[in-house]
Amino acid sequence: MEPVMAVAIGLLYAAAIFLMLRRSIVKLVIGLMLLSNAANLLIFTSAGMTRGAPPLIPEGLAAPLGPVADPLPQAVVLTAIVIAFGVLAFAVVLIRRAYEIVKADDLDKMKETDT
Amino acid sequence: MMQLAVLSGFVLAAFAPLLHRWFGAGTSFVLAAFPAALALGFLSLMPAVMDGEVVTYAVEWVPSLGMSLTFVIDGLSLLFALLITVIGTFVLIYAGGYLKGHPDLVRFHIVLVAFMVSMLGLVLADGLITLFVFWELTSITSYLLIGFNHADLEARKSARQGLFVTVGGGLALMAGLVMLGTAGGSWSLAELGTMGDVLREHDLYAPLLICLLLGAFTKSAQFPFHFWLPNAMAAPTPVSAYLHSATMVKAGIYLMARLQPSLGGTEMWIGILSVVGAFTMFTGAFLAIRHTNIKKLLAYSTIMALGTLTMLLGIGTEGALIAFVTFLLAHSLYKGALFMVAGILDHETGTKDVTAMGGLRSLMPVTALVAMLAALSLAGIPPLFGFIAKELMFESVLEAGAFRWLILLLAFSAAFLTIGVAAIVALRPFFGERRATPRVAHEAPVSMLLGPAVLAVLSLLLGLVPVLASMGLLTAAASAVMGEPVTVSLSLWHGVNLPLILSLVSLALGYVLFRQWDRVRARLARLDPLIARGPESGYDAFMHWITVVSDWQTRILQNGYMRNYLMVMVLTLIALIGNSLLLRHSPEIAFHLDVRFHEVVVVSLMVMGALFAAITRSRLSAVVSVGIMGFSIALTFILFSAPDLGITQLLVETLTVILLVLVLFRLPRFATLSTPLERVRDFLVAGCVGVLITLLVLTAWGIDQFVPISGYMIENSVTLAHGRNIVNVILVDYRALDTLGEIFVLALAAIGVIAMLKLRATEKSKPASKEKESTDG
Repeated sequence: MEPVMAVAIGLLYAAAIFLMLRRSIVKLVIGLMLLSNAANLLIFTSAGMTRGAPPLIPEGLAAPLGPVADPLPQAVVLTAIVIAFGVLAFAVVLIRRAYEIVKADDLDKMKETDT
Repeated sequence: MMQLAVLSGFVLAAFAPLLHRWFGAGTSFVLAAFPAALALGFLSLMPAVMDGEVVTYAVEWVPSLGMSLTFVIDGLSLLFALLITVIGTFVLIYAGGYLKGHPDLVRFHIVLVAFMVSMLGLVLADGLITLFVFWELTSITSYLLIGFNHADLEARKSARQGLFVTVGGGLALMAGLVMLGTAGGSWSLAELGTMGDVLREHDLYAPLLICLLLGAFTKSAQFPFHFWLPNAMAAPTPVSAYLHSATMVKAGIYLMARLQPSLGGTEMWIGILSVVGAFTMFTGAFLAIRHTNIKKLLAYSTIMALGTLTMLLGIGTEGALIAFVTFLLAHSLYKGALFMVAGILDHETGTKDVTAMGGLRSLMPVTALVAMLAALSLAGIPPLFGFIAKELMFESVLEAGAFRWLILLLAFSAAFLTIGVAAIVALRPFFGERRATPRVAHEAPVSMLLGPAVLAVLSLLLGLVPVLASMGLLTAAASAVMGEPVTVSLSLWHGVNLPLILSLVSLALGYVLFRQWDRVRARLARLDPLIARGPESGYDAFMHWITVVSDWQTRILQNGYMRNYLMVMVLTLIALIGNSLLLRHSPEIAFHLDVRFHEVVVVSLMVMGALFAAITRSRLSAVVSVGIMGFSIALTFILFSAPDLGITQLLVETLTVILLVLVLFRLPRFATLSTPLERVRDFLVAGCVGVLITLLVLTAWGIDQFVPISGYMIENSVTLAHGRNIVNVILVDYRALDTLGEIFVLALAAIGVIAMLKLRATEKSKPASKEKESTDG
């Protein structure tokens, strides 16, 4: 499965970078979302993908019976998902506010500090 | 504890404002007790050091990096430490009179005491890194002192110049010290002192020597870095007397002397030091006689002295090193005194121009006497201590190996020019007809006379009874520089020999120069255009080009266009990752495809969502396709054994879509802002990143650099952390601090969101504040 995921992650990155290079600030934020998702998948995939073996320990045992998926990247990605959401919420409100002041969706018009 | 005693000076400096509140104008005298006490402490070490003992106060700092705060006191350190503390005491007392009633006296005290401690640390430190730290501290404090009159443009400019030159050299010094530590395998100066044979043969010898010498030459104002020192005379005179004649500028000299046993004696060392030193010596003396400003005259003669010291280290014979320590002591004594005299003249007459003064002898008899004594020592006339130093200097020049005649010629010229300078400084203001000065002169207060008088009398005393200096301090110091025991026996009378004849001839020439000074100066004025193109113009051009280049690169790189910044970052990323991925590890892609149909469907949905979001022109489609991508990612997580991730992703994705729908539809529709060409360019760049990341994932997948720590976490999840969901256990137990940080980030984001929404609310109710807000935005 990993080669397929590698291609998918590459495409996600490409889409994200393309969006972030746009002048529209909304596209920048959408690009940022894609980028954080792509990065999460990158971490998740590089640890290797396992089917049907979640890192849970059955009741009554001290350790899982067989090999399980690596829990560490999962924990890292979980943190990252939540942080990315925090960043997104902040960014979305920020562009909303910036638009109220600059009256434009164009990043080039936000270049001057005294607008 | 020596470290505690010395470093407590920093605390004292910090408390100077408080002392000012308690003691008012008397603070200088209270503060002077600190160096005086230290001087007594150092004196008490004298018997031990004289016996050839090396006193060590070991304190570890960062042992793992070989950094220590150890202080090592041998003859050389002791000589310097005594000079710093004794002259420091007098300078503080002197400053109490000189800067009496100055509104910034507190600041002066803070920086001067801090400087004193830094300088002491520099000469006592055993660790290379510690030495470097103190070295830089002296540069910084010196900068603050040169720029003390910060309202004056010239002072600021000179301070900056001094800082740039010495700190620039400091960078080279750091590189040199690191190479020295690497080559010698030790970071202790004391240990490096014993491994000269290894160091001199080491491959790094040439680069490390050049770097170290760059540091020493800039600090000690050797040609072509000499120009900052005369400009540093913008500092108040007590500072000039202390830093720019007796102590700081000798830091470079100290370093070279300290390294003489480890690095000295090679052809390179002898060649560079003796030629640069001799040339600096001549340049200093020659440039001095062009000036009528008494501080500049003395500053250039200081350059002369620093050149002499460097040259003597370069010659490096036993005689030369004895001459070195003798000259060092003699110079510190007379130059400190002369600078303080210059300050008295400036303070009492209101001018620094020696041609504007005359006949002050009867008004200021004590000052005149002190000036005469110190100047006799500067000129090297018996029975002053300076005479002994000069005789020794000539003797060692005559026994120099390489470049003997060149050095002798330069030394002889410098000697007679210096005699001229000494005569100008000591005779011109005090003899001849009385001239009207901006202020009516009268004798200086005792506080200002004490320092120069003691130093001048010491010059006389050591000249008459040289055994006082030679049997103790100088023997120990010369032995430390030599690296093996040396016996110093100084005497005033060496019999009629070549050095004496040279002295006599230079004396006669110096006298002629003094008589004809005004005419010589007028002639030399014709050289001004040539001198204006000297090294200082190089510095000015350098500073000019720094501004030009930074202006240019700021306009190119910091142009305020977001996408340009991003483009730079992305291209850098492509270059760096691409370079190491393709060139260093040729990617080995292990293909073993194990795919199920439903997985491919989910991943395809995900990719299509992302790609469609990138090209659509409709805001709604963008949000919907981002949503599709997000939910497909959640499914992927669930399919591949990460239920927690799946749940979180579902939750977050739902919230995201709601948020985007709520906010984005208050924004305008997407417009086509870029040209087709730009889109093609961005498409290519983005494509490159995509390919690179795919290759990266494929390569990284097969590589296991380290044993994963997950095994430990899985094993101990139940036994130690009492949790059955290992991902949760990691979040709340093993990596609980990370999660705490995450919560902080979320809380901050929430506060930010609320703040921005609230701001909008108040704006609507109060339209007047809108204008202000928009200027802030």
